[in-house]
Amino acid sequence: MKFGVVVFPGSNCDDDAYHAVGAVLGEHVEFLWHRSEQIPGCDAIILPGGFAFGDYLRTGAIARFSPVMRAVERFARRGGLVLGICNGFQILLEAGLLPGAMLRNRDLRFICRHVHIRVENTDTSFTCAARAGQVLKVPIAHMEGNYFCDPETLADLERNRQIVFRYTTPEGRLEDSANPNGSLAAIAGICNRERNVMGMMPHPERAVEAPLGSADGLVIFRSMVESLTRHQTGSNAEVKASVPA
Amino acid sequence: MARMKAHVWVMPKTTVLDPQGQTIHHALTSLGYSKVQRVRQGKFFVLDLDGLSAEEAKTQVEKIAREVLTNPVIEEFRYEIVA
Repeated sequence: MKFGVVVFPGSNCDDDAYHAVGAVLGEHVEFLWHRSEQIPGCDAIILPGGFAFGDYLRTGAIARFSPVMRAVERFARRGGLVLGICNGFQILLEAGLLPGAMLRNRDLRFICRHVHIRVENTDTSFTCAARAGQVLKVPIAHMEGNYFCDPETLADLERNRQIVFRYTTPEGRLEDSANPNGSLAAIAGICNRERNVMGMMPHPERAVEAPLGSADGLVIFRSMVESLTRHQTGSNAEVKASVPA
Repeated sequence: MARMKAHVWVMPKTTVLDPQGQTIHHALTSLGYSKVQRVRQGKFFVLDLDGLSAEEAKTQVEKIAREVLTNPVIEEFRYEIVA
């Protein structure tokens, strides 16, 4: 099983993601430079956090036109697992791989602290190792994490159970005070309808070992490994074979 | 095929919360500008163009504004071509 971590100019959580998958979980992981036009042999792609291309124009707006994103889009459309974290989520939104957009945090501040998110759906390749309703303590670090979409899109997200994480209290209660950035419906993470692409603002890769203050984020990477292991001989193997090396 | 400039204005849609505009409005109110009813903050782009006919310039600028300069989920644009 091979993970690929995309590196854009301005990515700054690429090493953390690499560490989480490679050192903590012991899986094979490689960096992919943004100019790569292929993602050879990868079973899962991580778009890491940071400030790709300085976040100029809009967060993720320039990064989405990188050569590697064309390969990531092909991979995603064929069912490959793609996880976008923070800036990676913003890039997935700009690329149209996930619906909606990010606005500035409602208090206009850059927020960097641990928050609590509740697992809303365990029927995804990113949360299958979690318990339904499990509350994870993970850090956020962003200025534009105020998720927005139109009412029809929100209704679609709810109906198709695409909301994967919501900001809650440590006990798992939905309260406005537990929503750090003003996100619509307290959305912290969503997946696509097919459940193979997920974006989340919190940083699971910064919560993978006790000395970091929490190891709760590990369940997301574990889920991906479990899901890939389960499907190794099935549909994902076909996906891998069909993406040109 | 003269040199031209394109001006592109990008604004948050009126249905979208604009916390930056609100903050500026709040500041103006506290400075005593009580007649200011609302502030919306957007972006302004100037593109220098060369080697395009007026018609081509229009088509290209509109495509650039729609596909790159704007996120249609939250923003809208208008533009003008000036000699």
